Amino acid sequence: MTSVTEAMIEFREVSKVYGGTTAVDRLSLSVPKGQITVFVGPSGCGKTTSLRMVNRMVEPTSGTITVDGQDAAALPAAKLRRSMGYVMQAAGLMPHRTVVDNIATVPRLNGVPRGRARARARELLDVVGLPQALASRYPAQLSGGQQQRVGVARALAADPPVLLMDEPFSAVDPVVRHELQQELVRLQRELGKTIVFVTHDIDEAVLLGDRVAVFAVGGRLAQVAGPEELLRAPADEFVAGFVGRDRGFRHLGFFDDKGLEVDGAASVARSELETARVQEWAVVVDGDRRPTGWASPESPGTLVSGGSLHKVGGSLRTALDAALSSPSGRGVVVDDDGRYLGTVGATAVIAQADRRRAQARRERDARAAGPAEEEAR
Amino acid sequence: MSLLELTWGWLTDPMNWSGYAGIPTRLGEHIFYTFLTVVIAAAIALPIGAYVGHTGRGRVVVVALAGALRAVPTLGLLVLFVLLAGIGLMPPIWALVILTVPPILAGTYSGIAAVDPVVVDAARAQGMREDQVLFAVELPNAVPVIFGGIRAAVLQVIATATVVAYTNLGGLGRFIFDGLSLSDYPQMLGGSVLVAALAVVTDLVLGAVLRLFGPRSPSARKLPAPEAVAQEGMS
Repeated sequence: MTSVTEAMIEFREVSKVYGGTTAVDRLSLSVPKGQITVFVGPSGCGKTTSLRMVNRMVEPTSGTITVDGQDAAALPAAKLRRSMGYVMQAAGLMPHRTVVDNIATVPRLNGVPRGRARARARELLDVVGLPQALASRYPAQLSGGQQQRVGVARALAADPPVLLMDEPFSAVDPVVRHELQQELVRLQRELGKTIVFVTHDIDEAVLLGDRVAVFAVGGRLAQVAGPEELLRAPADEFVAGFVGRDRGFRHLGFFDDKGLEVDGAASVARSELETARVQEWAVVVDGDRRPTGWASPESPGTLVSGGSLHKVGGSLRTALDAALSSPSGRGVVVDDDGRYLGTVGATAVIAQADRRRAQARRERDARAAGPAEEEAR
Repeated sequence: MSLLELTWGWLTDPMNWSGYAGIPTRLGEHIFYTFLTVVIAAAIALPIGAYVGHTGRGRVVVVALAGALRAVPTLGLLVLFVLLAGIGLMPPIWALVILTVPPILAGTYSGIAAVDPVVVDAARAQGMREDQVLFAVELPNAVPVIFGGIRAAVLQVIATATVVAYTNLGGLGRFIFDGLSLSDYPQMLGGSVLVAALAVVTDLVLGAVLRLFGPRSPSARKLPAPEAVAQEGMS
């Protein structure tokens, strides 16, 4: 089964030079249709410049960019820009317009009557998870996260096939960022847009990207790969350095917990904690069997707060983190509803990781050998 | 009787509130000169200010020119214009226009230049053409500052339009010049009081107009003082 993914955006030998400084150096890259492609790299690597050349907010010095087969330079810039959504770091909402009117910007530019454009804008509030009550507010009355959601809604308003996102979540706090990232993945799955996403955060790149393009200082494209491959096999020293010291740990995020042994360690009901005398560490559960912490043999009767939880079906990364963050050294495993299932030790997770990596390596070798064997026949 | 009492007497004398040369007539003339001056000055300053603010081109020239225009003595200019163009309505008005252009120009271009560049960039990236960026984004957001410039200009013209009475025209300045030449100090002081009162009332009215019809977004509610705008524009 070979699925050739069609290119939506194609960079061919694209360079951008400012004075004597090369911002983007002969970039050749194709962005597949219906996927999230992340441009990641340190500041000054030309990732944002590359993004802004797609909608001609920056004009290339040389080379061509095609969008859906058409040369971007052949269209009037304003028309080209209206055919793609654009989300930026500071939401960039118009302070003198209400939320609905901000969202309706592009449809209005395209000549959609005000009433219809506003109705569509109200629908989009639901799509990006904002309450209708915000429709007639002004941007200054919203939180940073809400403004960013309005920015996404505005980009989606004319239903463009392409979304360009320039560090859209880097100015919001980590909790909101995590939420927005999850929402983006959900939106992408529902709407099937082609998304080019710029970030300097490798974690975000690996989390969101179907493909990740790593840019090096001087505007050089260092590697384009799927996120798993990027962490497992960085193309060079620069990528290895940028991907970071934790890449081994992060790579565990690509293995699910299938085959991981979970033991049914003893649990103590919250109501019996005062009277229970445990011989070993035991998980304390509430009336719904949700873990609330640990009971220690050394300090009977007190609740010791627990570590992170591993939801069954999650990755080995969350399993290992659960084990390492637990006061007892055993990670607590819960089901989808958050009910206590058992515990898992760090050594078991690592042993499982070793098995899975060996298995993945064998599969890759087999794939690599496959075509060669066929040719030999 | 003291001068203040005499002035009060002059101001409340029914004789002064009627007739061809009465206070209502002079007040009407004064308002008319002010209005005419500000409209002409705005017609000149708004487009130039919008162009300079939007493109950033010619900023240095405009700042230098506006500063130089401010330094010109109005009375000297008035006399020069009347000598060159003769007696009539327009020569004195043009002298006032030259004085009025700088604050409106400064308010317009600094108002537009002060619009958050991120917002302008976003507007362009959504696919607005340059004219749409100017009219739909920059001008609406610059309204409070532009209006501040106009407000400063209006107050300045109300105060300065007294000098047109030095030539053949009317206005509240008439009382001041006539009072001076007749050594009729109550009339002179009465004229000055009327000018000051007109300025205060006009400022209140303009403030109310902006609150009623100005931008409704909360961020634009904090209005800069007219003097601050004029100062900022000149620096």
